[in-house]
Amino acid sequence: MAVRVFVTGIGIISSIGFNCEETEDSLKSGKTGIGTMKNLVSVHSGEIPVAEVPASNEELEDLARIRKTGYSSRTTLLGIIAAGEALRCSGLDEDIGSFRTGLISATTVGGMDRSEKFFKSYIQHKSGGRLRYIVTHDCGDSTAAIADTFGIRDHVSTISTACSSSANAILTGARLIKGGLLDRVIAGGTDALSLFTLNGFNSLMILDKKGCRPFDEDRNGLTLGEGSAFIVMESETVTARIGKKLLCEVSGYGNACDAYHQTASSPEGGGAYLSMKQALHCSGLTPDMIDYINAHGTGTKNNDLSEGRAIERLFGYLPVKFSSTKAFTGHTLGAAGAVEAVLGIMAIRNGWIYPNPGFARQMSELRITPEKKLIRNTRIRNLMSNSFGFGGNNTSLIFSEC
Amino acid sequence: MKIFINGQSAISPQETFTGNSLPDNPVNYSANGFIKCIEPSVREYIDPMTARRMSRIIRFGVCSAIQCLRNADAGNPGAIITGTGLGCLDDTEKFLRTMHNNEEKLLNPTPFIQSTHNTLSSAIAIIIGCNSYNSTYVHRGGSFENALTDAILLLRENSAENVLVGGVDELTDTSFNITSRLGFWKREPVESLRLLDYKGRGSLAGEGMTFFLLSNVKNERSFAVTEMPELFHKPADAAASEEKIRSFISRTCQEGSIDLVLMGLNGDISNDEIYHNLSGRLFSGIPRAYYKHLCGEYDTSSAFAMFIAAEIIRNQTVPRVMQLDGGPAGKIRNVLIYNHQRNNIHSLMLLSGC
Repeated sequence: MAVRVFVTGIGIISSIGFNCEETEDSLKSGKTGIGTMKNLVSVHSGEIPVAEVPASNEELEDLARIRKTGYSSRTTLLGIIAAGEALRCSGLDEDIGSFRTGLISATTVGGMDRSEKFFKSYIQHKSGGRLRYIVTHDCGDSTAAIADTFGIRDHVSTISTACSSSANAILTGARLIKGGLLDRVIAGGTDALSLFTLNGFNSLMILDKKGCRPFDEDRNGLTLGEGSAFIVMESETVTARIGKKLLCEVSGYGNACDAYHQTASSPEGGGAYLSMKQALHCSGLTPDMIDYINAHGTGTKNNDLSEGRAIERLFGYLPVKFSSTKAFTGHTLGAAGAVEAVLGIMAIRNGWIYPNPGFARQMSELRITPEKKLIRNTRIRNLMSNSFGFGGNNTSLIFSEC
Repeated sequence: MKIFINGQSAISPQETFTGNSLPDNPVNYSANGFIKCIEPSVREYIDPMTARRMSRIIRFGVCSAIQCLRNADAGNPGAIITGTGLGCLDDTEKFLRTMHNNEEKLLNPTPFIQSTHNTLSSAIAIIIGCNSYNSTYVHRGGSFENALTDAILLLRENSAENVLVGGVDELTDTSFNITSRLGFWKREPVESLRLLDYKGRGSLAGEGMTFFLLSNVKNERSFAVTEMPELFHKPADAAASEEKIRSFISRTCQEGSIDLVLMGLNGDISNDEIYHNLSGRLFSGIPRAYYKHLCGEYDTSSAFAMFIAAEIIRNQTVPRVMQLDGGPAGKIRNVLIYNHQRNNIHSLMLLSGC
């Protein structure tokens, strides 16, 4: 299967920008999106920092350019905004065209921000809670809304593999194109902050009260974020026929299961090693041809150690350049794989390697060190982007210049 | 490339898990809006310590997955993929409830950990020690078909030789109560096997955990072949649906070679009207059957339909209780499965003998 898959559009919204341009500005100036909760109302608001998109749902409805109803979940609104930008970037906003087009979105909690409002009344009484708040609960709801907004009907699906969800959406999209089932796929993910995830991760005691510090010796957990990102992938047949501008190529991917524990990764990062190795094998590249690894790097004790060890095992003999951008955007969960894919594509396009905010002290178990400053004017031939999830759902993607 | 079914397993409201895989004499429930799965003997599959921590969907899902692997006599599969419309509802509800009741303080993380939609796929991987490809699809009435598409794609890519693929959904008191308020289910008590006799709104809620071991290699266990399924979304009208179904049939089998159509009739008149309308246009003269009076209505009920279709092919018989207008006269080679969810997501699958 020699069909090549190219990226022709990107779109993103997160705590560091409402679109690609703002996101690039924040990355250039080193502005992080981590701060105090403003939109989410929680008893933990003073003590736990988050990376929120600085806008109310009403403001997001404006940005999404949809009719104002107040009924969409925040996850849906973020998704429509990012998918819309990706389609405009690819020149598809006017007409999705005649090619077989699919949408694969990913999310971990879907419309949970509204379900938890419903539940508050529901637990008082079984007839309580407005039904409008619960019908957006399922993960497919945001995907269906995005598909309806942009008229995508050939293939619509939703993936949920925890923190690797949207990396798997991209992987599946690329495979559906290579397999000849679709010509074009809009793939990505969306997740809004919710009390459910905030309290869930807090109950696991893996939220760093000082904000996440990936790959730092003193790291103490992750910082939750929210956002959405989508990429438009097209087969080379399509891009050649309509002469499109190519942003990069999706040249490899790997999916492996750590099969160790529901929440913890194996200390040696067995699953992480396998997914990276498979992505390399799929792309036909050797480790020395990877110029930058955008690590999963959540800032938890467990992830950064096992991921670091896996990187060392595969790349350790090289002066490998890597960093985690989680201290910019927070951990956007179901959207993280796509958010980091878009940041990665920006890195290839601009010749950047991102710093790793929050890093100060070398981890004692590792020899490799993340980048401390933004590197400019460098050439990134190939970039690897890691996304590892609960349940050991590990996925690595490789994007290449073209 | 042909994709073979080498093993399958279904935990359902019928005795499909305990040997009676094609229910000739099915359980007839006096149902107040829902029917639930018959409990498997969990200890034959999961050690009690581990099972105790698992919610019902995970426990039953793991049992069904392991039994499927045993039926196929397969080692560890080259991929584990599940589809689930609503995932681990019980744990989600549990965590939401305590979160509100305890005002976000002192929460037990276990329900949160087990609330994520990928819990089952990864629990199976952990229990059988499988590092292969692992994924979970969560798109409403298309969740199982999405998983099946991915599974067949992996086999066609030669990325795997065996893939474990399943469709799972659980019914909880809360989800039943909320969907009842949404008007999804019949309000009067019904005899489940007579589901289609109660004309009116609403269906019968159900649940199930169904798994298949698919392979691109035929062996002595192979008993049916599956084609790549197809979903279509929000058709403009009946003519648009008709065109989609015609093109699926012409892609997957020879004209006039369908021996049986297994349809997702669920007792709700507005839902069923779509099947009846299309039957006249597309399936005149072809015997039809239905299955939701056996398993109830849920997002991944099409996995149960695929299980039943494969058993029909294996046994070369359609139980009378499933027939809509008489069974097929001759050999049953090709079974078309057609299901839709509220006219939003339409699903087509085709199974054949091998």
